[in-house]
Amino acid sequence: MSNLKTLDHAAAAEIFIKDEARTDWHDDTLWFVRQKRDKAVNGIAEWEQLREWASQIKNHTLSNLDNYLTAFEKQAEANGIKIHWAADALEHNQLMHKILKAHNISRIVKSKSMLTEECHLNDYLKKQGIEVVDTDLGERIVQLRDEAPSHIVLPAIHLKKQDVSETFHEHLHTEEGNNDPQYLTEAARQHLRDHFIQSELAITGVNFAIAETGGFVVCTNEGNADMGAHTAKIHVACMGIEKIIPKAEHLGVFLRLLARSATGQPITTYSSHFQKPRPGQEMHIIIVDNGRTKQLGRADFRNSLKCIRCAACFNTCPVYRRSGGHSYHTAVAGPIGSILNPNLDMKANADLPFASTLCGSCSNVCPVKIDIHEQLWKWRQVIVEEGYVKPEKKIAMKGMAWIFSNPKIYRWAGKSGRWFLRTMPFLGNNKLNVWYKQREMPEAPKQSFHDWYQQNKNK
Amino acid sequence: MSSREKILATCTANKPALVDLPQLSDEHLTHYDDKIAQFKFVLESIGGKVVALENIEQVKEEIATHKQSGELVVDTVFSIDDALKTQTSFDLERVDRAYLQATLGVAENGSVWLYEAQMGNRLLPFICQHLFIVLAKATLVDNMYQAYQKLNITETGFGVFIAGPSKTADIEQSLVIGAHGARSLTVYLV
Ligand code: SF4
Repeated sequence: MSNLKTLDHAAAAEIFIKDEARTDWHDDTLWFVRQKRDKAVNGIAEWEQLREWASQIKNHTLSNLDNYLTAFEKQAEANGIKIHWAADALEHNQLMHKILKAHNISRIVKSKSMLTEECHLNDYLKKQGIEVVDTDLGERIVQLRDEAPSHIVLPAIHLKKQDVSETFHEHLHTEEGNNDPQYLTEAARQHLRDHFIQSELAITGVNFAIAETGGFVVCTNEGNADMGAHTAKIHVACMGIEKIIPKAEHLGVFLRLLARSATGQPITTYSSHFQKPRPGQEMHIIIVDNGRTKQLGRADFRNSLKCIRCAACFNTCPVYRRSGGHSYHTAVAGPIGSILNPNLDMKANADLPFASTLCGSCSNVCPVKIDIHEQLWKWRQVIVEEGYVKPEKKIAMKGMAWIFSNPKIYRWAGKSGRWFLRTMPFLGNNKLNVWYKQREMPEAPKQSFHDWYQQNKNK
Repeated sequence: MSSREKILATCTANKPALVDLPQLSDEHLTHYDDKIAQFKFVLESIGGKVVALENIEQVKEEIATHKQSGELVVDTVFSIDDALKTQTSFDLERVDRAYLQATLGVAENGSVWLYEAQMGNRLLPFICQHLFIVLAKATLVDNMYQAYQKLNITETGFGVFIAGPSKTADIEQSLVIGAHGARSLTVYLV
């Protein structure tokens, strides 16, 4: 489950699309989720108002983040919650390990937390001989298969029910060949109930942390976060610094946007508001930076910190849908992952901002109005500038930028390009032109739009 | 410098100029002529059941019947047993039916809000096999904005919006009701 980057996005995607039927199925499945989102969104007349509010609340919060973090800490401590601060992934994992060791705990359940995936917590603890049981159904499936989640909301979306059936047959001894999702889910329910009931420590993520109240909200459909958190003697919630919102009333905006954007539901089944530990329980929050304060300082990219991890941008992205989450070789894949990951490690993730057609669909669906496709474009400039792209791509990009910035040359290049494509198409369709891979070069029009416009504008 | 100080100092150094916080208001939001109909429509579309009752005595009778038939029924609507507070997952795991009173319902999304005090035990609404919620019609609000105006989430240590039974679509996007939490949710409107 570690972050094994052996291939860049394009190479991994090439392997993914070899199975055409499966690629089509993956594409259709995610498009189905996108359509459910559209249906839910169209039912809300004030959708654009909500997006605008959400965007402004997040912009405001980021512009006052230090004060909100200290206000949250103060209030949470007054509520009896212990606060820890982690500068990076390693410190987060060490803090968690320390809590586990202090209580000599071995039975640990974890609900979905993309932050702990980002920090590779499970791997870290495994090396210390500690096993964590993931309890979100999709996460449990991929955990049993020793894989990473391929999607932040639907972790096992890359798998078919036959795959799940085989995995469960091997690990949970379900009937061989029984692919019925109802049957398989019931088997997981029984299997995980045993773990819940005996759990000593529960790890959860945080969807929203409220500065004013010092409490936090966790959203699930399965009820797994609650099953763990209300059973275990110790609850550790992990959050990035950007999860803060100022007031409880702002939840009335975000909870309306989150589930509709994610799966097309009006709200998640459970929106749990944790305020204080229950009597006799210990509650901890680990607040993690891991590159976020650095991103806050990058004016072009800071508003990526507004993300509420709904995955709408994944489901709509033609590149994600046809290359699969694992091609992105990072915990958070998809368009937003391609903005967040270069901040963490520009060299290792230099390929990701190029895994996009820049069609802009991501920015259109984003419930907090992040200008995702524009940031992808900006990252490309930065990455080229810093020298992290392969020479072919760099030459092509530099050439394109030069052509685009010179109107006369642009028109001349277009003309000669059209002439070349018409008379010598084999020159475009060769190995040197990486764009031609997997694509038919378009038939060249005889006339450019510009020429056509010049001829026709006075007609 | 501790990590805490480092994180806060970098936030201070890197944050942009202060941007205003928007003023939320109910004016721009959808209101429903028939909140009951809207609530029922939405909750049923997400797998919940809505039953309108003449009077609350019917729930009392139902509880008695199921208790007699040998099912483990926990009721916090009519009286909360203090022992419930200290019960563990091993005790509550056997609960077949739990009856709880909700504070309010939201027409826009079919959810109901429960304070910890109404649960008797935080784990109960999640671990029981079947969940029954009693909700006064008069408490229905249009939307989440109104809900948060009415609620005080700091009133108890825990509170939750519940919308329908627990569910998952993690296997090939096939919806399955009854993931880890309750297998069914019925709301009695009184
Ligand atoms: S960037 Fe926007 S659309 Fe993508 S996951 Fe984040 S909030 Fe959702």
